Amino acid sequence: MESVGSIILYAIVTLAIVIFSVLAVTTRKILRAATYLLFTLFAAAVVYFMLDYQFLGAVQIAVYAGGIVVLFVFAILLTSHPGNNSEPLASKRRVLGLIASLAMLGITGYSLLTRCNLFAGKPEMEALDMQKVGEAMMGTGAGQYLLPFEAVSVLLLACIIGGIVVARKR
Amino acid sequence: MSPTIPILILAIPLFMFIFLGLCGKKMSHLLAGVLGTLGMGTVLVLAYYTAFTYFFSGSEMFISEAGERLQYVVFNQTWLQFTHSLVISLGFFLDPISAMMLVVITTISFMVHLYSLGYMRDHHGVFEKGFQRFYAFLSLFSFSMLGLVVATNIFQMYIFWELVGASSYLLIGFYYTKHSAVSASKKAFIVTRFADLGFLIGILVLSYYTGTFDFTNLTSVPVEGIANTYHVDLSTPTAVLGVFQSSAAPMFMGASVLTWALVLIFMGGMGKSAMMPLHIWLPDAMEGPTPVSALIHAATMVVAGVYLVARLFPLYLMETSALEIITVVGALTAFYAAMVACAQIDIKRVLAFSTISQIAFMMVSLGVARPEYHEGLGYMASMFHLFTHAMFKALLFLGAGALIHAIGSNDYTEMHGLRKYMPITHWTFLIGCLAIAGIIPFSGFFSKDEILSAAVNYGVWVYVWMSLVAGLTAFYMFRLYYLIFWWKEHKVREGHHAPHDQPWTMSLPLIILAAVSCVAGFIPFGEFVSWNGEPYDFMAHFDWNVATVSLIVAVLSILLATLMYRKENPLPAKFKNAVPALWDWCHHRFYWDELYMFITHKIIFNGICRPLAWFDRHIIDGTMDSFAYLTNKASGAVRPLQSGQVQMYVWIYVIGALLLGGITVLCLI
Amino acid sequence: MELKAIYYLIPSLIMFCCGLYGFITRKNMIAMLISLELMLNSVDMNFVIFNRFLFPGQMEGMMFTLFAIAIAAAETALAIAIIINVFRSVKNVDVRELNHMKF
Repeated sequence: MESVGSIILYAIVTLAIVIFSVLAVTTRKILRAATYLLFTLFAAAVVYFMLDYQFLGAVQIAVYAGGIVVLFVFAILLTSHPGNNSEPLASKRRVLGLIASLAMLGITGYSLLTRCNLFAGKPEMEALDMQKVGEAMMGTGAGQYLLPFEAVSVLLLACIIGGIVVARKR
Repeated sequence: MSPTIPILILAIPLFMFIFLGLCGKKMSHLLAGVLGTLGMGTVLVLAYYTAFTYFFSGSEMFISEAGERLQYVVFNQTWLQFTHSLVISLGFFLDPISAMMLVVITTISFMVHLYSLGYMRDHHGVFEKGFQRFYAFLSLFSFSMLGLVVATNIFQMYIFWELVGASSYLLIGFYYTKHSAVSASKKAFIVTRFADLGFLIGILVLSYYTGTFDFTNLTSVPVEGIANTYHVDLSTPTAVLGVFQSSAAPMFMGASVLTWALVLIFMGGMGKSAMMPLHIWLPDAMEGPTPVSALIHAATMVVAGVYLVARLFPLYLMETSALEIITVVGALTAFYAAMVACAQIDIKRVLAFSTISQIAFMMVSLGVARPEYHEGLGYMASMFHLFTHAMFKALLFLGAGALIHAIGSNDYTEMHGLRKYMPITHWTFLIGCLAIAGIIPFSGFFSKDEILSAAVNYGVWVYVWMSLVAGLTAFYMFRLYYLIFWWKEHKVREGHHAPHDQPWTMSLPLIILAAVSCVAGFIPFGEFVSWNGEPYDFMAHFDWNVATVSLIVAVLSILLATLMYRKENPLPAKFKNAVPALWDWCHHRFYWDELYMFITHKIIFNGICRPLAWFDRHIIDGTMDSFAYLTNKASGAVRPLQSGQVQMYVWIYVIGALLLGGITVLCLI
Repeated sequence: MELKAIYYLIPSLIMFCCGLYGFITRKNMIAMLISLELMLNSVDMNFVIFNRFLFPGQMEGMMFTLFAIAIAAAETALAIAIIINVFRSVKNVDVRELNHMKF
């Protein structure tokens, strides 16, 4: 049984996710879309906290909310005049998008609800301390991820250089 | 005999062709011309050395103890090996006629090289455009012609046969800005190519049944004990030819396959040697520079047909019906060409028809050669006439070239009375005319007389006919001579210098060739060339009756020509008006060209080519076009799918994925 | 009341569908990128949820999400660089104008 507090928190978070997701893709103002994305990402971070992955939640806030959204804001400010509404969507395209997303929702939701045995409660898990996470990331044994870690670091470096090269003035 | 010198004989002209062709533009005109002439001079020396060695060294490779001249394969390199038996080789073949041809070709070619140094420039000494190219082509021609005469097998001969055709095409069309030269070169190429189709089929038929291309297998047997040496086998057919002699000899349309093969091969010779009805290209070929006419269209290339028949003569002896065809074709051509030559205005055309007529003489001579008549006098006479004709006809052409160079026109109407202005040309031209008319002691007398002797043995009607042609020859040559050098005083046109003799580079070849024409008749030709290699004492077969008659005919003809053309008088016009039809027909070459135009344009183009073109354009192309049209339409219909809008791609992808997912879900229920 | 796995999965699914809708309908390239981030984030959440509910003692899902976040950051940075570059050359970020890949 969950505590009442966590159920209330769950309700708030779920509501936030749904509302801000929908708003993020329907708002006319691009800067607002970025803000709603930020809220959605925060809500996702809360979900991580609720599932006892504190480190992951911290990373989500730091990288997504702190890094990526800031990038978005800069890009928006560079490429469009603030307050400039985007034109109304063509209804044909909106219909197409609705068809695709509702079909996705229907099919996936139906199979989730009927076919998957996902109605178990949350099992107990001992607290995930930082040392274990650090060992998993830096170790070379089974279930440890040094090689992907290094690969990602190289990828990020390449991405930085690529970003500079692509975006610099000729 | 080491193969070095023979290889050099072929390699130097080829090298000169490539060198002058590639680097000619980089060097001065004179240097290119001198280099080409020096190269040809080297080949001349080497060829003379080779021929001298062959005829006079007395080596057992070249002459047997009984004094029979042998055939010697200097080298024979496999070039293409298709199957075990179908092998094409390239080699160098020495026998009496190829050695004789080496001498003829290199002599005339060298003379022409030298002569062109003077001819191919205008009166101010400025060289013509493309002078280097001219020398490159001359070298190419010399290479091809030498390769042709020394061929060891009939396929090598065919290859070089085509090469001489190609170089003839290039040289006829040398003035490629002139429309008439371009169409003349095309005409020459197409007509000879058409004849060569027959030649190729003949080669294939012959080699299919005999299984060999080599002359040594076809016409000769090896001499025991001496490598690479053969002697001509006239009496019994060689083993490879047995297939034609067996009772099951293959027949086709009432004639034996051997006859077909030989007639088809002769058709190639008809094309190259301008026999009727394939003669139409040669008069037009006179559009080329005059030295080219002297080299290619008088002395060397056009006698390739005669050479071909002589080369395969033992085969022709097996099938005398082919020889009879040769005789008839030759006799008709000789008469026809002589008639036409009497009514031409362009002096080069007269000489061209004279060439056709004289080559036909050689053909007739080959056609009447039989063992039973003076042991093949005709063969020897034909080769002798080939030799002497090459000399005096080259002389006449070079003389005509000198006249054209001095006057700037091909018509004798522009010339008249030039004897005082151009004495060297006058005297050498006269010698040439006397030689071709057959006046003793000039060379033509001897060779032509032997031909007539051979003919009288074969049949009286051939003899009478050919004597008539010989009379016509003397008549039209002296008509030409008088109209150029006599008739009336030459009028020097306003603003022109008086015509004068040419520089030494042009005079020297004339003098040399005139000297050769004077003395060549005294060469004991039978000692060197005969059909079976055995020395042939032609004085023993010399028929004084025939000689006397032909001499009388020639003198009478010359007297007639003198009467009509020496001084300006109304006789020729009267004669022309008396028989206008004859004049018209002769002047228009018996309308052969018009007949060809009718056949090709009206019948072949309209009847065959148009329907074929229609079928090609509408049915075959139409099918392909409709495929292309359908493809085009289909792709146009599909094209909008590739809109470049990533979102549509994503949408389609998602819908596809969802369909697959939905099907999966439904199936799992 | 117990919070089951499905309770977390459904919001994540809705988030994904929103992302899909946005990706197909939006014209602005940056808005498309935002939609893309939504979809990516929903997938990240799924990893974590399955890890937590089905295999609580292990942390493959969590590590996967960590790397996915890093790669998403790289991808976004590069995409934004490209968008800025495109903007600089055609003064526009409307994806409908950028159809030179067509035909």
